[in-house]
Amino acid sequence: MAEFVSLREGIAKLVPDGSTVALEGFTHLIPFAAGHEVIRQERRDLTLVRMTPDVIYDQMIGMGCARKLIFSWGGNPGVGSLHRLRDAVENSHPVSLELEEHSHAGMAARYTAGAAGLPFGVLRAYTGTDLEQRTNVASLNDPFTGEQVSAVPAIRPDVTVIHAQQADRHGNVGLWGITGVQREAALAARAVMVTVEEVVEELDHVGPNHTVLPFWTISAIAEVPRGSHPSYSMGYSTRDNRFYKKWDAISRDHDLFKAWMDKFVFSLDFEGYLTALDDGSLLEMVDDD
Amino acid sequence: MTIEADYTTDEMMSVVAARQLRDGQVCFVGIGLPSEAANLARLSHAPNVILIYESGTIGTKPEVLPLSIGDGELAEQADLVVSVPEVFAYWLQAGRVDVGFLSAAQIDRFANLNSTVIGDYDQPKVRLPGAGGAPEIASAAGRVIVMLRQTRKTFVPTVDFVTSVGFGKRGVGRRGHRGAGPSVVITNLGVLEPDPESHELTLTAIHPNTDPADVIDSTGWPLRVAENLVTTVPPTGEEMRILRDLKERTARAHAVT
Repeated sequence: MAEFVSLREGIAKLVPDGSTVALEGFTHLIPFAAGHEVIRQERRDLTLVRMTPDVIYDQMIGMGCARKLIFSWGGNPGVGSLHRLRDAVENSHPVSLELEEHSHAGMAARYTAGAAGLPFGVLRAYTGTDLEQRTNVASLNDPFTGEQVSAVPAIRPDVTVIHAQQADRHGNVGLWGITGVQREAALAARAVMVTVEEVVEELDHVGPNHTVLPFWTISAIAEVPRGSHPSYSMGYSTRDNRFYKKWDAISRDHDLFKAWMDKFVFSLDFEGYLTALDDGSLLEMVDDD
Repeated sequence: MTIEADYTTDEMMSVVAARQLRDGQVCFVGIGLPSEAANLARLSHAPNVILIYESGTIGTKPEVLPLSIGDGELAEQADLVVSVPEVFAYWLQAGRVDVGFLSAAQIDRFANLNSTVIGDYDQPKVRLPGAGGAPEIASAAGRVIVMLRQTRKTFVPTVDFVTSVGFGKRGVGRRGHRGAGPSVVITNLGVLEPDPESHELTLTAIHPNTDPADVIDSTGWPLRVAENLVTTVPPTGEEMRILRDLKERTARAHAVT
């Protein structure tokens, strides 16, 4: 049952050390504020799950929160590499990071199986790839036709964290635009934390198809306006492309990365971070290209 | 008669790829040159081409090129937006896509693609972003257009990791996959196509002012050259006008403010 909490309380309660956590959002609605809070609470040994680990996982990995990453594409969208992720994989800095990787369709099938309470999902494309040797996939014959397919195991995160546009005062969650894999990731998890742009009397989009997650599937909701920055929340904000471009320079050097994280994430709450964004100081440590 | 325009090698690649698309085809598009090519086709000879991006945006007609796969522009201009599990299951893997675009860090002579790792998997020299949507595009799209700059580093005898299957490690074929696989590889130097029997990539066209010897020299295996090697028709003034307009609109929209 959805409980309204502060961001700090929600993360403290639902994301313990060593847990398996999925922060989902496909470019849109990425729960950055929640990720920052995990960093501030110095969580360790997390297994992070996410189809598209982007800057928020680069930050969490670079700050030493993660032991393992389950993913399908790890990059800075439209820009290039995630330097903190690469440093962890290539040089074990700050700690080594175990990888478990799939394709997007593989991850989607794993979440869908998790949400359905089924043991595995089924795919064709892994046949003949090196993923077959390197990840948890098994060959399977269709019991009806004999066709050979690949089975991928269900994912059941301990907690899934997402960001949405709205929750009503009962805790029904409305999100729209690019909805990614959030519904599957939420329904696959044992607990669900949602940050929202706004708590409203009635969701903007009402009607039988518009509540994406009903209140009784949600564990905790925190109102965090602009909580997806530098990602975006359609109807509330636009993507901060400049931030993504500048992240390349901030994250390339681990000392600069650490200084930036200490200054804007570790020493400030999310409101302080937004103040630094608005007054321009957030990105002044690196020049524009 | 058309007037030959000035163009960059990237623009040459986009124009050649755009010409591959026919009106009404369903295309699964990625960010970068594929997105540029597919939208050029839509704005020129193929106005009814249907573009699908893996963020679940179907039938989208972006005014400007997206910087990321999930830009709001793609959702706002789409006929419908579906979830990521749905776009991969019902639309791509079900066989509703005619043409898929792919790029990679490495390609081998049988058009297998690597976007996972350079070097040893456990001790990587370069950790690349990973598979993303590529394996399913390679497997399930009706055919695949590969766009990749050609050097000895990218065109290698054997890829370090098969992320996406072209014609398999020995070129024997595509058992288990429903699409026809890579039909054309478009580079900054020319165009390669798989031999109909051996599936080995063969140089079938070179771009204007390019020496076939340079193409061979930029390939990490003994490259076969087609007997009837042709020269690519350079971008026309009209193609370049549409492409430059699109790029200028895009640059303005994404300008740092």
